[in-house]
Amino acid sequence: MTMTFTQQVITIAMVVLGTVLTRFLPFLLFPAGKPTPKYIQYLGKVLPSAVFGLLIIYCLKKVSPFTGSHGIPVLISISLVIALHLWKRQMLISIAGGTVCYMLLVQFLF
Amino acid sequence: MSANTIMLKKAFRAAFPHTIPIFAGFWFLGMTYGIYMNVSGFSFWYPMLMSLTIFAGSIEFVTVNMLLGAFNPLQALAMTLMVNARHLFYGISMLDKYRGTGTKKFYLIYGMCDESFSINYTASIPEGVDASWFMFFVTLLNHFYWFFGATLGGVFGSLIHFNTEGLDFVMTAMFVVIFLEQWLKEKRHASALIGIGLSLLCLILFGPDHFMIPSMLAILGTLTLARRPLETIPL
Repeated sequence: MTMTFTQQVITIAMVVLGTVLTRFLPFLLFPAGKPTPKYIQYLGKVLPSAVFGLLIIYCLKKVSPFTGSHGIPVLISISLVIALHLWKRQMLISIAGGTVCYMLLVQFLF
Repeated sequence: MSANTIMLKKAFRAAFPHTIPIFAGFWFLGMTYGIYMNVSGFSFWYPMLMSLTIFAGSIEFVTVNMLLGAFNPLQALAMTLMVNARHLFYGISMLDKYRGTGTKKFYLIYGMCDESFSINYTASIPEGVDASWFMFFVTLLNHFYWFFGATLGGVFGSLIHFNTEGLDFVMTAMFVVIFLEQWLKEKRHASALIGIGLSLLCLILFGPDHFMIPSMLAILGTLTLARRPLETIPL
């Protein structure tokens, strides 16, 4: 661990604070019966898609395309997740299938 | 039996069936999260207390990475606000439904994860069942499933003897599925592509340790500047 215990507690507290803020803010800012600003409504519609894209890149930040396994196990497993999900549309099957595939690839093939 | 107890039982019985699918999902994901924390070197206290206090699946996975990285509380806060920004809009949708729920309102908002929001927003509560207690039990049960799975994974992760190398891919897989679900639901993919494209560009430009804040600012800026075309031109 590179962080001290206090730093860990502060980091977790920040995540709790951030989560609580996002959940409580609308109830504090927009009392029922008053219209929500258009800009906020717009961000609410477009931000989630972009954030999920950002999160995928965040997960893949350690993948190096030019060394080691060249990111091939990741590429295969993500393709499987997408294929499974388009086929069955069952979140748990897609996640479990892709993860098992990735684990087998990195443990036995690459 | 007092009238109050009968009323509580009724609300619980009405709420429970709605949460069964969530039980299956949270048990697996919570457990995976607990095991993931365990194999990342954290004692079971971490997933146990984090699942209880944070109670927001995706950001808890991200927090594991944050705890393993350099100390950066502002980035942790900014990241959480970005990842959980969708809660703002759950809140806006629930302004009316959570009105008049008394002291339970605080907990209803505190525990408003994607699943609790979805059920409480869509469920048709039977006649004669107290709506505020119904929503309270939905939230409480979901919270408990997640806590239960995460703690179990955290405790028994150390007893797992099979090779867990690559288990962390579960986080990537989860976000790919969430991204895909969003992609299938939306008509225009400009925002999704902006998110992927700008993040990738920032990763190349700033490197794996410093690309998050620039990515977030670039996304927010681009979406703000592109507001007019995005709102008017169908892509």
